[in-house]
Amino acid sequence: MIRTALFSLLLVSLTPAHAADLRGTGDLALVIERASGSIQIIETTGNSSLGRIEGLGDLSHASAVYSRDERYAYIFGRDGGLTKVDMLTRKIVKRIMQAGNSIGGAISQDGTLVAVSNYEPGGVKIFDAATLALVADIPASYGEAKQTSKVIGLVDAPGQKFVFSLWDADEIWVADMSRPDKPAIQKFKGIGRNPYDALISPDGRYYIAGLFGEDGMALLDLWNLDAGVKRILDHYGKGEQKLPVYKMPHLEGWAMAGQYAFVPAVGHHEVLVIDTRNWSEAGRIKVHGQPIFVMARPDGRHVWVNFAIPNNDTLQVIDTQSLKIIKKLQPGKGVLHMEFEPRGEELWASVRDDDQLVVYDTESFEERVRLPANKPSGIFATVRAHKTGL
Amino acid sequence: MLKTPLFLVSLMLVSGLVSEPALAELAASRQSELMHLLKQDCGSCHGMTLKGGLGPALLPAQLEGKPTEYLVVTILEGHANTAMPGWKTMLTADEALWIARQLKQGISQ
Repeated sequence: MIRTALFSLLLVSLTPAHAADLRGTGDLALVIERASGSIQIIETTGNSSLGRIEGLGDLSHASAVYSRDERYAYIFGRDGGLTKVDMLTRKIVKRIMQAGNSIGGAISQDGTLVAVSNYEPGGVKIFDAATLALVADIPASYGEAKQTSKVIGLVDAPGQKFVFSLWDADEIWVADMSRPDKPAIQKFKGIGRNPYDALISPDGRYYIAGLFGEDGMALLDLWNLDAGVKRILDHYGKGEQKLPVYKMPHLEGWAMAGQYAFVPAVGHHEVLVIDTRNWSEAGRIKVHGQPIFVMARPDGRHVWVNFAIPNNDTLQVIDTQSLKIIKKLQPGKGVLHMEFEPRGEELWASVRDDDQLVVYDTESFEERVRLPANKPSGIFATVRAHKTGL
Repeated sequence: MLKTPLFLVSLMLVSGLVSEPALAELAASRQSELMHLLKQDCGSCHGMTLKGGLGPALLPAQLEGKPTEYLVVTILEGHANTAMPGWKTMLTADEALWIARQLKQGISQ
């Protein structure tokens, strides 16, 4: 009997998964393996790895979004590759090279369009989510000479819109894709020097771009576009010496608890707290280094923060009621990204230099498991499929 | 010139027999750390294969005409009004020079 059990175990591990195995995808996630151009598919119920998909090109900077049925992932690679992956069969469905150098992407509200933001050539390209056929090409041209800008901070917004920012041009563009063949674009100029990334509130109303070239952030109320872009937190670094920024912070999702939002300060070892009722600064929390990701647990009670080199061996946890740091963890060298499980009871962290994924219990902060991964960076759970802006 | 074998150099370094700036070559272990830093951390803006990202590409072709000394200063001091930070808190001048030379000759992927 033991032999039979062993044999069937062997069979299971040797047989590739088929959709016919009737498994859901709600507890799945993918992990970018940045140096080898591969991704790992993991499941967060038993916390195990299900397999690896190779051949995704240069993933040294990469991110992913999901189809609304949570079956397919769209992975945006550094080299301009756009790869559609089946999370169940763990196979590449379709892969195209759509630009020379790209930074991220988004999927439309109705799930039919996938948009990619590119550095080279600077702009946004929009594809049919089913076939990856090109639907629209939006070069980020600006100024008299019509040069093109690198595009960052691309998110989806309600009303079949995509919103993105132009690093070189200091602009925010809103593209209405209601008519996919005729994108209607509204441009907001002079929003502040060098927007480096952006986020959208979970309700899809507020788009906020972080500024690298000056202090503060640019806020656009998508319900009141006529009001234009408003500058917020523009005083936070005044009179203080900026520290060198060894890695650009990422604004991903909206670390929000009650009326407070939490964002990384640029060039300061601080997390800024914004009162979203009036967009004023509600506090600054001294942290261990230059924050990169500032992510709220789904219930909003805690905010987890990781840091740029040379402090990238550490995670800190902020209590959102007291605005105090309540925990410091040291998972290993090169902690690049974190992802909460859908209801937040566990968190996955990628530890690049140790080639590991670490899972923490978010209540006790105990380490649950470590799994091997090849230079892991971004971790993307399928729950993102149903979140605006992710 | 008598060339000291690399392992001996590292041994001498560890035992404090020689100080780093006097070295013609960096210890092999430090070289491998620097290559890691170059690909992974410089790579977070310039791309892991140095083909560019938010920062410009750093392949030999792009760096032609830029003196090695200029690259060393850029690495150590950064570029004002750009996103390039100075790395002098993490790198010595010798180490920056080593990185600049790697960039000029091109790194293996």
